[in-house]
Amino acid sequence: MIAFNDLRKVYVMGEERVAALDGVSLEIARGEYVAVVGPSGSGKSSLMNILGGLDRPTSGTYAFAGEDVGSFDDDQLAEFRRRRIGFVFQSFQLLPRLTALQNVELPMIYAGVAPGERRGRASAMLDRVGLGARMGHRPTQLSGGQQQRVAIARALANAPDLLLADEPTGALDTHTGQEVLALFRELNAEGLTLVVVTHDPDVAGEARRQVAFRDGHITHDERRAAP
Amino acid sequence: MRPIELVRFAAGAIVAHPMRSVLTSLGVVIGVAAVVMMTSIGMGAQQRVTSAIASLGSNLIIVQPSAARLGGGGGFLSQGAGSGISLRDGDVEAIRKQVEGVVAVAPIVRSQAQVVAEGANWSTRVEGVTPDYMIARDLGLTSGRMFDEREARQGRKVAIIGQTVAANLFGTGDPVGQRIRVRTVPFEVIGVLASKGQSSFGQDQDDVIMAPLQAVRSRLVGRRLRGDTVMNIYVKAEDGDILDRVQEDVTNVLREQHRIRPGEDDDFGTQNMASILQASQAAVATFTVLLAAVAAVSLLVGGVGIMNIMLVAVTERTREIGLRMAVGAKRNDILIQFALEAVALSLVGGLIGLAIGVAGALGMARLGSWPAAIPAWAGPLALGFSILVGLVFGAYPSWRAARLDPIEALRRE
Repeated sequence: MIAFNDLRKVYVMGEERVAALDGVSLEIARGEYVAVVGPSGSGKSSLMNILGGLDRPTSGTYAFAGEDVGSFDDDQLAEFRRRRIGFVFQSFQLLPRLTALQNVELPMIYAGVAPGERRGRASAMLDRVGLGARMGHRPTQLSGGQQQRVAIARALANAPDLLLADEPTGALDTHTGQEVLALFRELNAEGLTLVVVTHDPDVAGEARRQVAFRDGHITHDERRAAP
Repeated sequence: MRPIELVRFAAGAIVAHPMRSVLTSLGVVIGVAAVVMMTSIGMGAQQRVTSAIASLGSNLIIVQPSAARLGGGGGFLSQGAGSGISLRDGDVEAIRKQVEGVVAVAPIVRSQAQVVAEGANWSTRVEGVTPDYMIARDLGLTSGRMFDEREARQGRKVAIIGQTVAANLFGTGDPVGQRIRVRTVPFEVIGVLASKGQSSFGQDQDDVIMAPLQAVRSRLVGRRLRGDTVMNIYVKAEDGDILDRVQEDVTNVLREQHRIRPGEDDDFGTQNMASILQASQAAVATFTVLLAAVAAVSLLVGGVGIMNIMLVAVTERTREIGLRMAVGAKRNDILIQFALEAVALSLVGGLIGLAIGVAGALGMARLGSWPAAIPAWAGPLALGFSILVGLVFGAYPSWRAARLDPIEALRRE
């Protein structure tokens, strides 16, 4: 489903040119559960930004389900993110003024889903992540684990092809982190493609494929059998 | 996405910080209120000037005994107070015979006199006129009758009195048929004038007694005037279109009457009411525009206030903007959301300002016995302007929001 070919991302910092990604080629099939690991500055964040359609590669191609995402303009990228990608961030990124339900509705608003249907889908999604009883709560009234589950419900709102998580348990304690990972496992079992960027070996261990980055290159790409 | 959702986003952001929103739109509130009040005052002044001049009579030319310039010296306000005494009965006759398109030629002499009736006494203006004067000045009677041409010629001692005089001499009783003494001369009241409204240029137009020209001239002002002198001549044209032509003809006829050689100055002056009206209206209009312009400056300041707060809001909500972009908002969606927020702030301010402005204009009209003249376009204009202010001053902050890089925005603390 996803194909990177000789992807490069170069940042110009003053006089210096820094290659965050230096010729990365990678394929990810539908239904895979991939962990992207590596130290800070290895290029994994750049990869994730390009993968999620938040940034464009300097050179190389990025194909997603046959579409040449690398050549999209801003509006096409926005639509790509809306239809294809669900983001889960370390810091949850919930809008504090909105209730859990309204946060989950947000992506559907941009997708033009009618209010009635939107509400129904959002509450079903919150039920799915086990927060059916907390729909009217605001983020500040929820625990970290609950907030992250709201964020996952939001990421799933437009039925994406890919769930992209950046350190999803980084702000959670071990127990709630485990809950989130269990949820990921279920979602993957239902056929959702997941890419998780992480430092944490435990989180990476959940995935069936590990891709390691160092200095903008892939150093390691290992699949293992289902647990 | 559905446009209504953008409106909801904007409304939600405004409601989230009620106090800040109120303070932000305060500048526009004051600006719009000031513009509405100032235009209303201007329009009120214009109406007042117009009605004051119109109350002298329409399509009117006033001939004065000496040349007086509009706006200089006493101007037309002090007709009859001219230095030279140059108008005569002959001039009146000449105008009547020689100038075409004239419906009334009304000579007048004035005097101030003490009037006594049944023990009550009152000091008032006494005007010696002819029946034409009623036509020239568009005067009417509430009771009794005007004296006719014959009575005028004979100088009969009959009088028409104004409402103020009637009230002061007779209270609520009917003055018609009563006798009054003007200084020492007895007159019979035969009519009461319809009210001409309270003040025009501060003068009570109902505080007057009218009597035949001959009677007033010989009995009341005789010693100071030659027997055929008049103080002013009112010439009323058939309609406003020929007023300029009539004014010119009157001037020519009088120059001939007075044997003024070509090149010499007139020894009289003519005032065209239409041109005076135009000039004063233009002056008041300029004044109004000036007031409104000053008020508009505060609207501008209000706009700057909105821009300031919107810039703060964009900085504060950088992460929100990044998140919205991540879940699929296009740059235009963000741009429109913030622009709508600015417009909504400004528009709400405009609405409140309009209400305050209208209330203020009505209040001031009441305090200053001023006609309340809130122009019908004040509402649409105020709202249009506040929308414009919101758009103009919301444009830059919205553009900044829409240009944010989603990656940077999400990373911002």
